[in-house]
Amino acid sequence: MFEQLTGRLQSTLRKLRGSAKIDEKSFAEAARELRLALLEADVHFGVVKDFLAAVKAKALDEKVARSLTPGQQVIKIVNEELVSVLGGERQELRFSGAAPHVVLIVGLQGAGKTTTVGKLGAWLRREGRSPLLVSVDVHRPAAREQLLRFGETAELAVCESASDDAVQRATEAVTEARRRGDDVVLIDTAGRLHVDEAMMNEVQAVAAAVQPECILYVCDSMVGQDAVQAASAFAEALPVDGHILTKLDGDARGGAALSIAAVTRLPIYFAGVGEKIDDLEVFHPDRIASRILGMGDVLSLIEKVQGQVDLEVTEGLEKRARQGELTLEDFKSQLQQIRKMGSMSKLLELLPGASSAPGLAQMAPDDAVLKRIEAIIDSMTRVERHKPRIINGSRRKRIAAGSGTSVQEVNRLLKRFAQSRKLMKKLNKKGRRNTPWANLPSF
Amino acid sequence: MANIFRRALSRSRDRIAGALAGLVPGRRVDAATLQDLEAALIGADIGAETAIDLIDSVREARAEDVRAALAAEMVRVLEAVSGDVAEAETGPKVVLVVGVNGSGKTTSIAKLTRLHLDRGEKVLIAAADTFRAAAVEQLRLWADRLGVELIAQASGADPAAVAFDACQAAVARGSDVVFIDTAGRLHTQGNLMSELEKIRRVTRKVVPDGPHEVLLVLDGTTGQNGLRQAEEFLQSAGVTGLVLTKLDGTAKGGVALTIARRIGLPIRFVGTGERDSDLAEFNATEYVDGLLGTEATQ
Repeated sequence: MFEQLTGRLQSTLRKLRGSAKIDEKSFAEAARELRLALLEADVHFGVVKDFLAAVKAKALDEKVARSLTPGQQVIKIVNEELVSVLGGERQELRFSGAAPHVVLIVGLQGAGKTTTVGKLGAWLRREGRSPLLVSVDVHRPAAREQLLRFGETAELAVCESASDDAVQRATEAVTEARRRGDDVVLIDTAGRLHVDEAMMNEVQAVAAAVQPECILYVCDSMVGQDAVQAASAFAEALPVDGHILTKLDGDARGGAALSIAAVTRLPIYFAGVGEKIDDLEVFHPDRIASRILGMGDVLSLIEKVQGQVDLEVTEGLEKRARQGELTLEDFKSQLQQIRKMGSMSKLLELLPGASSAPGLAQMAPDDAVLKRIEAIIDSMTRVERHKPRIINGSRRKRIAAGSGTSVQEVNRLLKRFAQSRKLMKKLNKKGRRNTPWANLPSF
Repeated sequence: MANIFRRALSRSRDRIAGALAGLVPGRRVDAATLQDLEAALIGADIGAETAIDLIDSVREARAEDVRAALAAEMVRVLEAVSGDVAEAETGPKVVLVVGVNGSGKTTSIAKLTRLHLDRGEKVLIAAADTFRAAAVEQLRLWADRLGVELIAQASGADPAAVAFDACQAAVARGSDVVFIDTAGRLHTQGNLMSELEKIRRVTRKVVPDGPHEVLLVLDGTTGQNGLRQAEEFLQSAGVTGLVLTKLDGTAKGGVALTIARRIGLPIRFVGTGERDSDLAEFNATEYVDGLLGTEATQ
C-alpha cells in the first residue's frame, strides 16, 4: 500500500546505511531525498518539515555519531519517529460507561463513511457486540437506502426512522438501541466540507443531542495536502477521538496518515482495505512504519495467514507435497485458501523486501485470474485432476470450453502446475520446511 | 458568475498569495521567497517535482515578474492539452463517466445533465453502477429532479448490458447525449478496470463512433495518487478529460496540473458544490488566477 513511498525511502536509507559517519553534510543529502519522498507521498509539507527537524536533532546527537553503525542508527530513528508520529502503540477502540455506546462517524464527501459504518458494524459484531446502525444523512440522495442495503447484505440491524431531521434520527436510534438492547449505536453522518458552516453546525447539533462516546473521522488515504486542513477543522469543531483511513487497498502512498496523525495527535484506529464487508483492519502504526522502511509487515502477514488458513488442509497438503504427490485438487484448495486471505498483491505487500523487488506486484495474479484457474480445474474430471498427464488435446479443448477459457490458458495452467510440482520436490529434498506460503505456485 | 474559480479557490490561494506578497519589486527573487513559493505550490497538491520545475522556471525572473511568469507557465501547461472534444456524427453523443470510489461521479452526472438541459438538449442517463448499494436510487432521484429518463436494471446486473440498453434507448428516443454512470473502482483492481473496456466495446455496437467522451472524475482533494489514477483510467477506459470535483473546500486540485503536464489530459469541468448548477467549464486562466490570486489585469 505504501510501495511507492517505500521505494524512494529505501534507496535513500540504503545509501545511508553504509556510511560510517553521520555529519551535517551526509544527513542533509539524505534529508533532501527523504523530504522529496515524503512530499510525493502526500505528507503535508509542514509535517515533513517538523518530521525532518525531529529526525535531524536525534540523528546528529553525539551518541549516535559515535556509535559503530551511525547509518543504521539513523534508520532506526526515522523508523521510531514515523511510528511515534503515526501514534506510537496500536490503539484499541475501547468503550467505557453505560451501553449503548454511541459512535459518530464524520468526514468529507466521498471519504467512505457509509461503507466504513457497515464494515465497523461487522467488526463490532465479530467482537461480540450488538451494533445498531443509523444514517442521519438527510442530504445525499439515497444515502439512507445505501446503509439499509448494506445492513441487509451484512445482516446488521439498521434503524429506520421516518424523520428527515438528522438530530431526530440520531436520538431515535439511541432510543431504539435501548429498547432492543443493542450495546453500540453507529451513526453515519452526511459528508460535509469543513468550511461549510451550516453543515458543521448540523453535525455539532447531532453530537450535542446524543453525546457520542466516540467520534471517528474518516479520511480517504488518497487525499493530498488538504488532509491536514480538513482533519484539523473537524477536530476543532467536534471532540474527535480518532481516525479511520479508507481505500488503503489502492496504491496511494498514504502520506495522509502521517499528516492527520501529526496535526491532530489522535490515533488512527482502523484501515479500510477493500470493498468487502470484512475489509477493515485494525491500524498498526509500528507495522506500517516498518513497512515504509522496507522491513516488511511480517506480523500482519502471520496474523492473516493464521487467521484464515485451515491448518488441517494445509498439513495434508504439506504431506502430499513432500511426497511429490500434489494433485490439481490440492492446487485448487490452495487457491481457495489464498483467496480467503485476500488478493495476492495485498499479501505480497506484507512480505519483507517485496516492495524493493520491482514488478513483483505486477506478477501477482489478481483475483479474476485466480477465479479463471479455479474454473479450469472445476471443468476437469476427478481422474484428470489426479493424473494431469492424461489430459490430451481433445480433453484440453473440452476443459477450455467447459470453463469458458481458452486452450492456451489450460496449457499454461498445466505447464505451471508441472513446474511447481517439480520445484516442490526439489525444495523438499533440500529439507526446507514448508510454510503455508512457500509452496505457492509461481505464476 | 464572474470568476467561479476565484470564488471556489478563494479559501485556498491565501498561502500562495502570501508567498507572492513577499516579493520586492526591482530585486531578484531571494531563495527564501522561492522556498515559500515552492512550499505553497506543493501545498496546492501540485507535487514536489512539478513545483520544483515551476520554481526553476522563474528563478531568474525579476521579483515583479515572478507572479506573472508563474501564472503564464501554469496556464501554458493547462492550455497545451485542452483540445476539442469529439462530437457525435450522427445519433447521440455517448459520455462515459469513470473514477475511483467517492470521487463524485453521480453528482457530476447530475450537474452535466443540467448543463446540457440548459442548452436545450435531450439527455438520457444510464445507471451502470450496479454494484454499490442504492447507487441506482441515488441517480434515479437526480433523474426525477431533472426530469430526464434513466435506464437502469436490477442491482448486480451487467453494467455493460445497462450501457448497451441505454445507447439503444438514446438512439430510439433521439437523445442528444447519453451519460453512463459507472461504479467507483480503485484503479488497482484489474478485473474492474477491464469491465470498463467491455462497456466501451459494447456501446460501440450501438453507436460505432462512441464513446465520444470519457470523463475521469477526480476528487479535488486527491494528492499525487491522482496521477496514478489518470494513468490507469487512461489505459483501460480511454479517458479524454477530467472533471475536478469538490473545489469548494480548501483543496486546490493541483495534481490536475501534473496530470496535464505528464500525461496530457485536459481538465474539462470543475465541480464547486452540491447543487446541480455547481459545475463550470474549465478555464485555465481563471483557474490559475484563482489559485495564485493573480490579478486578471496583470
